[in-house]
Amino acid sequence: MTDIVATPLSPRGKPGIHTDAAAKARLKARYGAELRFKWLGASAVGLAALFLLLLLSTIVTQGLPAFRMNYLTLPVDLSAVPADPAARAGFDYAGPVNEAVGAKFPDVTGRQERRLLRGIVSTGSGVILRQQVENDTSLAGKTVDVQVPLDDFADLYFKGLLAESAAPQPLSGVTVSGASGDVAVTFSDDTIARLARGAGAIEAEGGILRLTSGAASLLLDAGGGTVKLTEVGPGNTAKGIVYEALDAPVSTASPAVLRTITTPEASRKITDREIVWLDRLKADGAITNTWNTIFFTSGASREAELAGVWGAVVGSFLTLIVTIGVAFPIGVAAAIYLEEFAPKNRLTSLIEVNINNLAAVPSIVFGLLGLAVFLNFFGMPRSAPVVGGLVLALMTLPIIIIAGRASLRAVPPSIREAALGIGASKVQMVFHHVLPLAMPGIMTGTILGMAHALGETAPLLMIGMVAFIVDIPGGFTEPATILPVQIFMWADFPEPAFQQKTSAAIMVLLGFLILMNAIAVVLRKRFERRW
Amino acid sequence: MNKLLLTASAASLALAASMGVAAARDQIQIVGSSTVFPFTTAVAEKLGQGGQFKTPVVESTGTGGGMKLFCAGVGENTPDFTNASRAMKAKELETCKAAGVTPVEIKVGFDGIVLANSKAGAVVDLTKDQIFKALAKNVAVDGKVVANPYMTWADVDATLPATKIEVLGPPPTSGTRDAFVELVMDAACQAEVKAANEKGCGEIREDGAFIEAGENDNLIVQKLEANKDAFGIFGFSFLDQNADKLQGHKVDGVEPTFENIASGDYGVSRSLYIYAKKEHVGVIPGMAEFIAEYTNDAAWGPEGYLADKGLIPLPDADRAKVAEEAKALKPFGS
Repeated sequence: MTDIVATPLSPRGKPGIHTDAAAKARLKARYGAELRFKWLGASAVGLAALFLLLLLSTIVTQGLPAFRMNYLTLPVDLSAVPADPAARAGFDYAGPVNEAVGAKFPDVTGRQERRLLRGIVSTGSGVILRQQVENDTSLAGKTVDVQVPLDDFADLYFKGLLAESAAPQPLSGVTVSGASGDVAVTFSDDTIARLARGAGAIEAEGGILRLTSGAASLLLDAGGGTVKLTEVGPGNTAKGIVYEALDAPVSTASPAVLRTITTPEASRKITDREIVWLDRLKADGAITNTWNTIFFTSGASREAELAGVWGAVVGSFLTLIVTIGVAFPIGVAAAIYLEEFAPKNRLTSLIEVNINNLAAVPSIVFGLLGLAVFLNFFGMPRSAPVVGGLVLALMTLPIIIIAGRASLRAVPPSIREAALGIGASKVQMVFHHVLPLAMPGIMTGTILGMAHALGETAPLLMIGMVAFIVDIPGGFTEPATILPVQIFMWADFPEPAFQQKTSAAIMVLLGFLILMNAIAVVLRKRFERRW
Repeated sequence: MNKLLLTASAASLALAASMGVAAARDQIQIVGSSTVFPFTTAVAEKLGQGGQFKTPVVESTGTGGGMKLFCAGVGENTPDFTNASRAMKAKELETCKAAGVTPVEIKVGFDGIVLANSKAGAVVDLTKDQIFKALAKNVAVDGKVVANPYMTWADVDATLPATKIEVLGPPPTSGTRDAFVELVMDAACQAEVKAANEKGCGEIREDGAFIEAGENDNLIVQKLEANKDAFGIFGFSFLDQNADKLQGHKVDGVEPTFENIASGDYGVSRSLYIYAKKEHVGVIPGMAEFIAEYTNDAAWGPEGYLADKGLIPLPDADRAKVAEEAKALKPFGS
């Protein structure tokens, strides 16, 4: 603009200052700058959206498998369960469960193998069964079908996260020498040698290919059983161990299918035997994949299949009740006093500056304060939601005061003057007119402060809420943990199944945060008055 | 509406405050090492499943932090057990005794510290000397102590691959780091380095070859998967659970396997402990039962559930002796 004013207008007929080549170049440069800025802005938004999408898609794809779980339906014989409640309390329900699992595979006899077989169902099955019997005591003495959760590794196997397998290959002309134990297998062509080489078998002397635990596993399904191939010899022969007894002798006419588990046995936390058992149970229809209710109803656990978020959700809820109960009245009262009643002097402006400073203090500092004041001085219990709530209340207080003052200030002075003009006292003016109008703004600020508090872990570290707590808290003084802490702890556990749990818990937490923010938005939209 | 809200919040505050003065604690509190945490939590859960007692609360505060809380005194506001990835130091025992606390030591098992990389990476066989040379801040070259000049593994020893030295490990606050320094760096320390600086042995290089990866071992596992040339230092249980992605390397010719660590052949292993507060036994319900559960073969034995979680059991004779002493609550240091 300045160049227009600074230069005198050109005479008529000559190229003017606004139309000559230099002016056109300037104009182009200005438009160019605008276009570049627009592009930069748009690409910044695009990049941010891309990162958000990347983050969310990783969490969702990782977390989704944790929302479903595989259960095994077992006919459990509860005839040994005593009818007397006192005697029943000491009864070990793991025994009947283990027997029921064993009964599914009666030909598994070795001690180690029985132990392995028991391991395909969760170690918490007994506890789940106990609950079912306590809920319905008529079950004692009967044989009932019970759904027990699978062990976390078995569950991951069915979800396809533990072992990869290639497409099964039908073979013809296969014979197997026996129905159990070590057997010899013959094939009609040399496909088997090719497959064994492809699986990474070790070449031994005499043209023998050894399938060790470092190679992919070849499982031969024939005659209603399964043979694991251990060695492929010359002349289209092979040796194997029967993992599941064959019902019928296998002759060349019988159909046979060769399965390849491409992940070597040494590299996965599930053995070929377990895979054979699990696939058999699946084929029998004993495995059901359903919504994972345990995840939403139980507390923390060291067994991934038994771990749930409910304990942490309840803990978060109790903590936030204390936080809002303390921070809201104190925060609103402080905001009203500072905005409407306090004289404007050095002291109040000092207080104001310090409230703004407090809002910027790192949250761990509030944790240290909580440790020193609430635990050490007042002797309150460790790990309790009441202490966590108080610490978080201290942390959210400045946010609520600042939001409260801003929305009180946004109420126009004419409202105050009109109220005072018709004879209202100052308290009446504030509580009858100003505060109701400012309330939506205050509520929005409070909810955002709460959402902030919901996501905090650092202040709770010092007061013992970062802990492994199984029992679901029943009150404000019982040990509890909160959602972000649960996420942090699951991220630290070595078992792979906890990685899915971590992402699933993040999704639950995000859901809560979105819900709280949505409430804030609705409050603002519905009740906000513009002047 | 506003008055109602104020009254309600005041009431809830009063309620919360009145409940703050809790009745006698009926739940065991445990603090201490993050290495022992996965095992103690499993035992705690088992005790809770029994239905007789509430499940103990287990916090992961680190060995040092746990000792401080544990030795603070006797009473409901102090923890009943502390986990430790090393034995209690004489100074800590003094603090404990001064506060009237009698600790009972229970050695629960071993943990191996492994050097591992991605399965896609090279397989190496290292000696402690080579590890020292690769990771120490100062090393001796031709009799002189200089800042570590080795950039690739081949610089350290010609038989090793010519890849850049890149090791992800725990930060100095970690018990795993303490143990690694003690078992490898101090053990293989060069005489010249020791002579130049008494503490020089434990100093790990800070020029980017050693990367502090935080306390979260899962993060190290993920980073190793992404970078096949990098090595990681962490506890055996993480190698055990991630056997499909990672491979452990021999140290001084011994492979880090369950059997080798249990037999003591693998050189980089340490003992794990829990300490019980004798004064609380009989006051806080379930303490004796918790010790009994921990020292039961179904838990800490070679086939117990703790072995499934990666704890390496003590030899049979030691287990029997420790269990007996724990049952008798033999005070530590007497």
